[in-house]
Amino acid sequence: MPTPDPLDTAALDAAVDAALADIAAAGDLDALKAVRTAHAGDRSPLALANRAIGGLPGPDKSAAGKNVGPRRGRINQALAARQAELEAERDARVLVTETVDVTLPTGRTPVGARHPIELVQERIADFFVGLGWEIADGPEVEAEWYNFDALNFGPDHPARQMQDTFYVAGADDAPSNLVLRTHTSPVQARSLLARGVPLYVAVPGKVFRTDALDATHTPVFHQVEGLAVDKGLTMANLVGTLDAFARAMFGPEAKTRLRPSFFPFTEPSAEMDLWFPQKKGGPGWIEWGGCGMVHPNVLRAAGVDPEDYSGFAFGMGIERTLMLRHSIADMHDIVEGDVRFSTQFGTEI
Amino acid sequence: MPRIVKDWLADHVELPADLTADRLAADLVRVGLEEEAIHGAAVTGPLVVGRVVEVTPEPQKNGKTINWCQVDVGELGVDGAPRGIVCGAHNFGAGDLVVVALPGSVLPGPFPITSRKTYGHVSDGMICSVRELGVGDDHDGIMVLTRHGYDAAELAPGQDAIALLGLGDEVLEINVTPDRGYAFSYRGVAREYAHSTGAVFTDKGLPEALPTPPPGATPDGFAVEVDDAAPIDGQVGCDRFVTRIVRGIDPGAPTPGWMKRRLEGSGMRSISLAVDVTNYVMLDLGQPLHAYDLDQVAAPIVVRRATPGERLTTLDDVDRALDPEDLLITDSPEGGRGSRVLGLAGVMGGESSEVSATTTDVLVEAAHFDPISVARTARRHKLPSEAAKRFERGVDPRLPAVAAQRVVDLLVELGGGKADPAVSDLDTTTPPAPIAFDVTLPARLAGVAYTREQVVGTLEQIGCTVDAPVGGSTDVVVTPPTWRPDLTEPAALVEEVVRITGYDQVPSVLPAAPGGRGLTPEQRTRRSVARALAEAGFVEVLSYPFVGTADLDALGLPEDDARRVAVRLANPLADDRPLLRTNLLVTLLETARRNVSRGLGDVAVFELGLVTRPTPGAPSAPQLPVGVRPSDEELGALAAAVPAQPRRVAGVLAGNRRPAGWWGPGRPVDWADAVDGARLVARRVGVEIVVVADPEHMPWHPGRCARIELTDGTLVGHAGELHPKVVENLDLPARSAAFELDLSAMIVAASGEPVAASGVSAFPAAKEDFAFVVDADVPAADVHAAIVAGAGDLLEDATLFDVFTGEQVGEGKKSLAYSLRLRAADRTLGADEVRAVREGVVAAAAERVGAVLRG
Repeated sequence: MPTPDPLDTAALDAAVDAALADIAAAGDLDALKAVRTAHAGDRSPLALANRAIGGLPGPDKSAAGKNVGPRRGRINQALAARQAELEAERDARVLVTETVDVTLPTGRTPVGARHPIELVQERIADFFVGLGWEIADGPEVEAEWYNFDALNFGPDHPARQMQDTFYVAGADDAPSNLVLRTHTSPVQARSLLARGVPLYVAVPGKVFRTDALDATHTPVFHQVEGLAVDKGLTMANLVGTLDAFARAMFGPEAKTRLRPSFFPFTEPSAEMDLWFPQKKGGPGWIEWGGCGMVHPNVLRAAGVDPEDYSGFAFGMGIERTLMLRHSIADMHDIVEGDVRFSTQFGTEI
Repeated sequence: MPRIVKDWLADHVELPADLTADRLAADLVRVGLEEEAIHGAAVTGPLVVGRVVEVTPEPQKNGKTINWCQVDVGELGVDGAPRGIVCGAHNFGAGDLVVVALPGSVLPGPFPITSRKTYGHVSDGMICSVRELGVGDDHDGIMVLTRHGYDAAELAPGQDAIALLGLGDEVLEINVTPDRGYAFSYRGVAREYAHSTGAVFTDKGLPEALPTPPPGATPDGFAVEVDDAAPIDGQVGCDRFVTRIVRGIDPGAPTPGWMKRRLEGSGMRSISLAVDVTNYVMLDLGQPLHAYDLDQVAAPIVVRRATPGERLTTLDDVDRALDPEDLLITDSPEGGRGSRVLGLAGVMGGESSEVSATTTDVLVEAAHFDPISVARTARRHKLPSEAAKRFERGVDPRLPAVAAQRVVDLLVELGGGKADPAVSDLDTTTPPAPIAFDVTLPARLAGVAYTREQVVGTLEQIGCTVDAPVGGSTDVVVTPPTWRPDLTEPAALVEEVVRITGYDQVPSVLPAAPGGRGLTPEQRTRRSVARALAEAGFVEVLSYPFVGTADLDALGLPEDDARRVAVRLANPLADDRPLLRTNLLVTLLETARRNVSRGLGDVAVFELGLVTRPTPGAPSAPQLPVGVRPSDEELGALAAAVPAQPRRVAGVLAGNRRPAGWWGPGRPVDWADAVDGARLVARRVGVEIVVVADPEHMPWHPGRCARIELTDGTLVGHAGELHPKVVENLDLPARSAAFELDLSAMIVAASGEPVAASGVSAFPAAKEDFAFVVDADVPAADVHAAIVAGAGDLLEDATLFDVFTGEQVGEGKKSLAYSLRLRAADRTLGADEVRAVREGVVAAAAERVGAVLRG
């Protein structure tokens, strides 16, 4: 193709038209590449025309530049646009061939879970932390004094015999005076002695009774204990705390009811019933735990003067709470460690 | 626990005629007597009185003789005629009044009665035995009503026998808490029913309630001495002992039907008139009583402690070795004062002085014993008798004379005996101690605005005497009634006020706590570790901590392994698992095995929990009193006695770590997964660990076990592949792996200080690769350490990307290839600097681990 005269706009336009026609006609990227070389390469008419500008006399140079530059621009724009079009077409074609079945199972990473008993305890802890309480721990092998005497169960107290206690064997037939704690209540005395008053603590933890495993009993289970000791605390405060706790665990309709009962470490003492909206066969009351005002002897055992301070305490079973909340029928599922049970709960409850 | 027969309760308190067991339970639970059970009607359907008209014995081929009987059941007969019934028993005859279960009735069992063909007849019902009716255990055959205390004049064929025998009522059984001993009686339950409902209550435990007041002691009363040489806690074992004598009782006199029915309805067997009467009065008033055969008791009775070596055969036919702390009732045959043991005081009598089928003269004992003494004896001999249950919870010390009089009256009336005027009444009881009480205390403790009148009125209602203040204070002086030994503190009186006015009066007020510090760092770390393991594919489980020697053997622990030093339970649930776990794996491996055995091949489980590590020779815990703060020394002694219980975390992996699937085979678990688990825990705790080979630590593979240490060398656990022997013992898949770490120790070691962050450099990095050849037994960790030391501050990361052994590197050698990323905080690194680092790394590796740069 002859080099068009950079001052001959008709010739230049013809070159542009030819370029645009070829660009439009390029059917694939390879064709476009050839078109690019032909119409925008070093040897293309407009490139040659551009080079020819250098040889023109001064006054013509400017006009020739104005003739050639924009025309080259148009060709380049058209090339880029066609390039994008053809790439998109190619991509669409290639990507279609990479289609997979996205419904295939994807579980290539093993899935773990927390045990729901632990999750319930954490949720309970979060509730009490939200109230401004703290969470306390204690040992599972416990001195009898903390498990019983500090809680006003004397050695001959009938209630002490009712606890189905695991006793630790002593050396050489001497009594060890140690037990597996039968409730989380020994942490009451430990907390009072260690932290002093005022005190607001919740104590979730493992406890032990000599019950054989069946659908509703297990020798190793969990409780949460609550203890508040301060000036001027009343039984109304106990009821208020229990109601708030019940709502946190069982929803806004939940509430509690107290029935007179007896525990050595509280006076007055009460059994606590929960109004359970999701109860099988319709909403109703079910037993949830025990509670009461801290017995003066418990305060005395921790060096707190019952003339100045009063308190309330409560305790309930975690397993029972979990079974109610999640319709679990058989205790075996909770204690056997079958991963299929825990896996249902994931990592939040 | 007590069962409440309705018409008996009505002797003490007004009851609505239509009172159901459910309603009664609801009324009683309001005041704290909880429902234990409601026992359904024992018998339903047509159970009637029948008169045997004719008995025809019919010998059978099997040698047995059956009786073909015609029984008149009044209007319930076939067209008014007697019914034909086949009966195998022979202790009755024509004319006897019996109990007939007609077709359609259901006897206890349940045992439905139908009309059926047998022995060539259609038997149209059943003539019942005591046992079939569930009202006794007699093997004497058919229940002939007149022999069981029923008056023939009051019986008619066809009459409803369910009502007659009291088999139709539902019976409420209540649960009595340990502070309410008085509720172990109709008297006590009736009082509580009155508190709950306002019904009119008549106290039959007061002397005034008797037709004639009980007589005082007479000089000729049966001699009784209390000689307690060793009172427990200063309490003399017996402070009241009343005896009465009834002579000339007809030994054949039966217990009347109404009494038998009430006793049986209350859950007690009928034995003989004298015994039934003492049981009846005990259930009625709450006073345990004992009837002796007067001829078998020699004065004086001596109440004393046992001496070492003494024995007694109790009424339950058990020969018992007595403990010097046991309080005994003894008598004095042939002048030997207190030489013969009659019974365990307040617990159970002995056989020798038992009322027998020939007894005509009875000595009645109504005494009051120290609750603690009785409780200890009952516990020691495992004899939770009806008497012991009452005495250990506290019996009204004013009852003995009243109760003894009731027994005398009943024996006279029902047994034809004659009351002997001789009475003894040894009485050293002390009246209940008055309690100074601030009448505003109930309001302050309950948060309910009780008026003074409400408080005083309630206390008087439960039997307290409330006296005016001695001075000008607001206090009153409250004297509890004798049947409430539990009322010893103002708080107990508060409970009574709140209880009787109703717990439902207490409002709901959430208290404002002063504000806490949130979870402790340890609590947060525990959660974080558990969460991380769960997200890494481990499933959390909880296992029981009970183990046996066999479990420790299965782990291959050497004889002298510290993990064999375990706390032992005195009363384990299973005799072969009496120890508490000293490590988590011993129980966690069992859980893993259970999962594998249930067909779950790929298992990754973990547990966080306490283990118990006792110190051999640790002292016993001190026994300290109730209600007193221990001294700091005593608290120290308690702490020293409680064994160390570190919290640990352990994990077990078996099968594939990455599951198999359509994408290809799974990746099997190996030792590295366990070590990785340990490293994950350490990262979450925020503590640096060092991994060292440990060739000798069961249950791990000797060549694939990592010892996990803190940087100061403290051992915190192990991780790696399990020993093949252990895997075999536990039926786990080959190459199963595990880790166990002392989480408590790691958390203590973590600084807990906020991280001091370094700035992030945006200058370009330089990459340098090295392949070192070292002896095969040089740990990669040492090579890594040498590289880190040699590279200096410019090292940002060093990654081991290849481990190679083979001919090219020579026998006994291995090649480790590392990729290093170098970067400076403030500049682009120059070629000279990078070269210097390279030379430093090569030199350090050569010097420290004998590494040669591979050509």
